[in-house]
Amino acid sequence: MSLNNAEVEEIKAAALAAIASANSLDQLREVKITFVGDRSPIARANQGLGQLPVEERAAMGKVIGTARANINQAFDDREKALIVERDSKVLIEERVDVTLPADRNPRGALHPLTILSNEISDLFIGMGYTVQEGPEMESSWLNFDALNIPADHPARTMQDTFFIEPLSSGLVMRTHTSPVQIRTMLENEPPIYVICPGRTYRADELDATHTPVFNQVEGLVIDKGITMAHLKGTLDHFAAKIFGPDVTTRIRPSFFPFTEPSAEVDFFYNGRWVEWGGCGMVNRKVLQACGIDTDIYSGFAFGMGLERTLMVRHGITDMHDIVEGDVRFSRQFGTGAR
Amino acid sequence: MKLPLSWLSEFVALPKSITVEKIVEAFVKVGFEVEGVENPAANIKGPLVIGRVDSIEELTGHKKPIRYVGLDCGEKKIRYVICGATNFEIGDLVVVALPGAILPGNFAISARETYGKTSNGMICSSRELGLGDDHNGIIVIDDEKVNVGSEALGVLGANDPIIDIAVNPDRGYAMSVRGAARELAMSLGVAFKDVNGRALVASLEKKKKRGKVTPVLISDKSGADRIFLRSLTNVNPLSATPRWMARRLTQSGMRPISVAVDITNYVMLEIGQPLHAFDAAKIAGTLRVQRAGKFKEIVTLDNQKRKLSQDDLLIADDKKPLALAGTMGGLDSEVTEFTVSIALEAAHFDSMSVARNSRRHILSSEASRRFERGVDPALAEIASARAALLLIEHAGAQYIGTASKTSPTKKRTASISSAAVSALIGTSYSDKEVQQALTKIGCGMRKNGKNWIVTIPSWRGDLNDLPDFAEEVARFYGYDRIPSILPSVKLPKTGRTGLTHLQQRKRSMAQLLAHRGLVEVHNYPFVSDAQMQLFGFTGDRAKTFTIANPMSDEYPHLRTHLTPGLLSAAARNLARGEKSVALFETGAVFRNTEKLSSPGEISTAQRPTHAQIKKIYESVPRQALHIGGVIAGEFVGSGWWGKGRSVEWIDALDLVSELISSTGNTFTVHNVELAPWHPGRCAEFRVNDKPVAHAGEIHPRISSALSLPERTVAFALILDGIGFTESVKAVPVNTMPAAIQDISLFVDQSVTAAEVEAALVAGAGELLESIQLFDRFQKPGEGQVSLAFSLVFRASDRTLTSDEVSALRESAGNSAVKACKAVIRS
Repeated sequence: MSLNNAEVEEIKAAALAAIASANSLDQLREVKITFVGDRSPIARANQGLGQLPVEERAAMGKVIGTARANINQAFDDREKALIVERDSKVLIEERVDVTLPADRNPRGALHPLTILSNEISDLFIGMGYTVQEGPEMESSWLNFDALNIPADHPARTMQDTFFIEPLSSGLVMRTHTSPVQIRTMLENEPPIYVICPGRTYRADELDATHTPVFNQVEGLVIDKGITMAHLKGTLDHFAAKIFGPDVTTRIRPSFFPFTEPSAEVDFFYNGRWVEWGGCGMVNRKVLQACGIDTDIYSGFAFGMGLERTLMVRHGITDMHDIVEGDVRFSRQFGTGAR
Repeated sequence: MKLPLSWLSEFVALPKSITVEKIVEAFVKVGFEVEGVENPAANIKGPLVIGRVDSIEELTGHKKPIRYVGLDCGEKKIRYVICGATNFEIGDLVVVALPGAILPGNFAISARETYGKTSNGMICSSRELGLGDDHNGIIVIDDEKVNVGSEALGVLGANDPIIDIAVNPDRGYAMSVRGAARELAMSLGVAFKDVNGRALVASLEKKKKRGKVTPVLISDKSGADRIFLRSLTNVNPLSATPRWMARRLTQSGMRPISVAVDITNYVMLEIGQPLHAFDAAKIAGTLRVQRAGKFKEIVTLDNQKRKLSQDDLLIADDKKPLALAGTMGGLDSEVTEFTVSIALEAAHFDSMSVARNSRRHILSSEASRRFERGVDPALAEIASARAALLLIEHAGAQYIGTASKTSPTKKRTASISSAAVSALIGTSYSDKEVQQALTKIGCGMRKNGKNWIVTIPSWRGDLNDLPDFAEEVARFYGYDRIPSILPSVKLPKTGRTGLTHLQQRKRSMAQLLAHRGLVEVHNYPFVSDAQMQLFGFTGDRAKTFTIANPMSDEYPHLRTHLTPGLLSAAARNLARGEKSVALFETGAVFRNTEKLSSPGEISTAQRPTHAQIKKIYESVPRQALHIGGVIAGEFVGSGWWGKGRSVEWIDALDLVSELISSTGNTFTVHNVELAPWHPGRCAEFRVNDKPVAHAGEIHPRISSALSLPERTVAFALILDGIGFTESVKAVPVNTMPAAIQDISLFVDQSVTAAEVEAALVAGAGELLESIQLFDRFQKPGEGQVSLAFSLVFRASDRTLTSDEVSALRESAGNSAVKACKAVIRS
């Protein structure tokens, strides 16, 4: 078959028109078969070149080639446009309701006491302290004697202790984390800057504000020239980090066998003074029991309940929520909300 | 301790305008927590006046006596009221609540018709006014100078706030109105008006009459260092306790009993010295302080028969015990309505001995609380004189003399410097300030070079060395004067900073489980016999510690494993409506597996020796730190997307594998039978051949007993039982192409997948990079299991040829054939 220019132009025009009027990729695919495929007029025209006289072949070849290129170009353009159109339409149609619940896997959480304890540890670690821990079942020598609480001292009746059978074992469930302080002083030479978080036990009935198993965090500093002003500064810093920069603290005289002078620390929160914990300068008798030279070193210690801190900070009104392990309570805190 | 403001003001020169709030603040400032302020009169509102009884008409024909009383209340007309009491006569002054008044209990007074008359008010009793428990009818004022119509609360002195302070154990000297008043005066910076002891003693001696004095002896000098026994006779034990005294006792929280007892209690509350009044006729021979020794029992005032311990400190006579010294009197020797002669005892007992008495007999009394905290030795003489004078005045007693035993008290002194005080507190106190503060609390101050020689007052047994005095100085000027300074922290000698590896592991394992959907709980570590039985623990897990005084007799043991608490918590959550639950806990477990040996008595006067420290440490059993979890119900939830997936044993193993891998350790897994797990579905994880964790399905017997869903799973891992790996030596990432070969084999069902895998690994050689079991099936009823593994081979320096890889696969297969009697399927 042979063609002339006009015929090629006609084929091209028909192809371009068909391409332009193809409204879907499927239609375009058919147009392609008809106008660009092996049996399309333009393909056949190309095959027909061989029948043309040699001198006409080059010119005609060029005409057909151009037409073909034009058709292919139009096809590509149209295909691109239709893909864009298809995509935008289909993706819209594939839209889902993202407000559907997406809780296929269970939601875990840390207990808020863990979060708070970590937060406090990190605060003191940031200041250069280390974190010390010790056993919950403890020698009464470490829990009492070394802390200047001898057997018949009224102070031992201040806290109802769980004793381990047989009583001759001398074992108690620690009533405070202070035995960790003693262990620290027996095992290390000053300077000592430590924080001791942990579980403690006292025979109080569980009610809205008490629990027989609770958590404390204590701090101990032993160094040259440590004063009550350092204690106050540390408590102020601690309170500001836990309760916010506007918190006001006060210390007032009190008594603990293991500190002298002793004080209670309160903070002013939501319009009232809240008792936070006890503190003081480490009693020389305690330092002596640990072999620390009181002519060279002095120190301070403080301790507070984590439950109380948590309750005040988060407006928790019932201790049962903290101890019962109800997942609805802990989930409010996720793995690190404060 | 309850302190009526009127009583306090007898010892403190309180400014007229001072408010109760200021007084509360002043107590708190010097270390006395105020536990409450009560003022019963604050509950009375409206007109309450004094009236004089003008006429009495007895109304008859009623079940009880009723009077129609005419009252002159300073008004124009006589006021008539109905009254059910009869303890008054014409001319008596009484307290009248007029219509409009509101008495405690929101009791509104109005004019009302009753017994056929109009009652225009009410004549009041102490009880109706909330001022006391007096049952003897209405109040009759015995002071003739009072004007009718005057405001009654003022006349009664009822507007008297009671301040309840907490006294710390080291401040026994403040356990009296006088002692607390001294602190208040110091805090407010006003004068303290002390008791004049010498004058009291002199005034008593002036009244001495002839008579037989009961002799006294201290047989055990370790029990008391002084005793005064004042003999009085002609006592009228039925004399009424003066109203003001009864009222103050009531205000202070004690019950008026009888005039003699009330006087001893009154003086104790006022001055701080516990006293005891014996019926002198009941004392055979000499009254003495001694240990119980041969005496076996005593019946105390509370009507309790008490078995005596040999070491109990007693007051006894020649024949029998009379009282638990400093703790409680005996029933047989107490003052009764027939008592004629009284032996009034005041002693300074050893605080430790009284503390032991009190603890042994579980008997804490007003007296023992004071002796335990330390009573001023100088008080016995003064307080007993004051009480004797009151007995003379209010019970018609005659004083006939005193027997006493005293040992000289040593003046105690200490040497301190103002500079040392300032250095401990962290703010500067001048010499003058130190002198002023310590003088105010009763110290004698003498300068010796740069130091103060402080003479310590007899009532301040708590003052010994520098920090004690520093506290007094700081307290005097207020703790708010101390500046707030952050210390510059120094690193420990070990150079250690931050968390330890174990502390980091504890945190990261908890984070890992929380992120995998488990919620952390903190369970009490107490377990019951029933739980131990249900869980069926064996070996070390069955060896509990028992608490001697548990909160609940049902839960006396300490947990040996985390699962009892975890499963209970899971059951609680499900009972409260959770459909599924996944919990974990980190905590200590207590296993009674070591021989316990107490370290014995070890002095705290100096650092214990190396051997003693070792003994103390070894007396404490090792308490492993565990982390464990429980998952019940679905572990992938059902929802709008379709059905979820119930938890399976493999989920528990998956978590444990991840936990152990997170430590950098490798492990092996073994089938074991171990409570509380399903005997066929418990995996033991071993690191370096040491068991470190267990995971699997909970025994159905336990799940069902706790109403947990079937197939509930649990795991427990010894958090501190897994070693810490050396720092990881990194293997370079190999980017040569991998050659993957699959191999399927049949093995007998008794052969574990782990054994097959191990055999394949052994046969595959060093070019094996990884191996994964990707299929397992067993036709029901057949003894053969089909396992399909995917082996990934890779060389670091070349692309492996297919011949090479085929040979390696064959070698791996042969190894499994040999070791596991496997048959290769393809």
